[in-house]
Amino acid sequence: MKNSRTKTVVLYLAGAALFLYIILPFLWLIISSISNKVELIAVPPHWWPEEPTLNNYLQLLGFKEVSISAGEVPPFGTAMRNSLLIGCSATLLCVVIGIFAAYAFARMKFRGRDKMMISVIAMRMLPEMALVLPLYMIMVKFNMTDSKIFLTIVYTSFVLPFVIWILRSYFESIPVSLEEAALIDGASRFTIIRKIILPLAMPGIVTTCIFALLTCWDEFLFALIFASTYNAKTLTIAISEFTTRHMIDYGLMMTGGMLASLPPIVFAVCLQKYIVRGLTEGSVKE
Amino acid sequence: MPRQSLLHAGRRDGRRPYFYLAPAFLLLAAVILIPLLYALYLSFFKTQGVNREFVGLANYIDILKQSYFWASTGRTLYFTIVSVAAEFVIGLGVALLLSQNFKLRGFLRVMLILPWALPTVVNGVLWSWIFNTSYGSLNGLLLEAGVIDNYVSWLGKPFLAMNCVIFADVWKNYAMIALILMAGLQTISPTYYESAMIDGANVFQRFRYITLPILRPSILVCLITRTMEAFKVFDIVYTMTKGGPANGTQVISYYTYQATFGSSKFGYGAALSYLISFVILLMALAYIRVLRGKEE
Repeated sequence: MKNSRTKTVVLYLAGAALFLYIILPFLWLIISSISNKVELIAVPPHWWPEEPTLNNYLQLLGFKEVSISAGEVPPFGTAMRNSLLIGCSATLLCVVIGIFAAYAFARMKFRGRDKMMISVIAMRMLPEMALVLPLYMIMVKFNMTDSKIFLTIVYTSFVLPFVIWILRSYFESIPVSLEEAALIDGASRFTIIRKIILPLAMPGIVTTCIFALLTCWDEFLFALIFASTYNAKTLTIAISEFTTRHMIDYGLMMTGGMLASLPPIVFAVCLQKYIVRGLTEGSVKE
Repeated sequence: MPRQSLLHAGRRDGRRPYFYLAPAFLLLAAVILIPLLYALYLSFFKTQGVNREFVGLANYIDILKQSYFWASTGRTLYFTIVSVAAEFVIGLGVALLLSQNFKLRGFLRVMLILPWALPTVVNGVLWSWIFNTSYGSLNGLLLEAGVIDNYVSWLGKPFLAMNCVIFADVWKNYAMIALILMAGLQTISPTYYESAMIDGANVFQRFRYITLPILRPSILVCLITRTMEAFKVFDIVYTMTKGGPANGTQVISYYTYQATFGSSKFGYGAALSYLISFVILLMALAYIRVLRGKEE
């Protein structure tokens, strides 16, 4: 009895420690984003702003003129739009192309199958840094600098190996008996994919889309090198650029960080089950 | 796999699999394979603006002679080993904690997804603000608590800065390990533990002889993926310290980035990125081995 009581105390203490470990930095992110410029740099810090304000949010979302003292602030709305546009297009492309490739890997027998699958896995592991330079030179040669389309193509190719891999594992978990029956009835492969695989694998496809979207949303290095103006610059670049101006406006920076984190966090919390399944499918099983 | 025999025996697919794979592989060839070969070609040249001179392996030899290269390799190894070890220990601890039965469990499991979902760049700027010397909350907190007498310049000293970057990296990335290991723990049937307890096994023995062996594949996969990610680390270094101070956080990716785009030494940069890819490829092979081993 005494033993189980100690255990409960330890569990709750550890739980509380974990809670603080996770929440404190997040709290500081939120508090900094609603502090005004004076309170932000108060010494000692104001743990809770005396006059909380949504000014930073209104400024970044374009409802309010950016104050002159902030210097040259990256056009946040444009960056957000770019991120959404590039992320969604790349995700859509990836999933459409990936479904066919993953189906072939999961259900068809052909020469070179294993070697091709291994090459897909190897491409998934490749460091971005290895591709940035040659892609940069190709981009310059073909006059594709600062283009959303170029970034979309690069993102699509970079996420595609992962998409193929994870979709394949979802497809393989669908029993083959249904397909066999359909094949005997003379259904084509394409019909089978459309009528059997897609509906049954929908949760897997949704999970895959979330992962692809989050990966694109987080991407930094490619956007840093391939985008030179806000024609193509994404959200992650905008956030990092609050530092490169003459003055670092941490308030705006934290607000930008909040705005960039909200969509993935809402996604993740609402679809946690899918995400945990996707993490294990994508990494643990082959 | 006899289970799929009927589907395969039909032989009615002919070239169809290749048509299904064509869009994916054409794209991968154009954006990954061909550029990769192009980089290999470039790595044999010395570039000066538009001029190019074939130098054979000189770039590679040059790299291996550079003390900067070895220093940044050392920093990368330090970053990788310390961050992955810390992430693993915290991740495993959290996974074990959250598979115990207590009231806060469900709530904490939802919380755990927060650091995972936070974009890396946001993580970087958030911690650079927390570590800020004059206005950072860490200095404020530690001073009020009486732990320090003067503000510490967390990101101002090379070795300290490196450890701060590691701290920030760990704060986000242990979550993935915890989530994966937690899922692994759920597959362990409680009857194992019950019968072990009847046999008088204590908590450490149960962990050693039941939990660890069953978690082993998940643990290996976590460790290898995290090691590869840590070895490539770039975003958080860029957002927190830009390789500084005094190159204290100049990891290999950042060194490559600076050599390539800072000094426009394209051939040298290409050779460097090849060396990194080679190391990553070795890790990838280990990864594929582990996955294969599990299938058998």
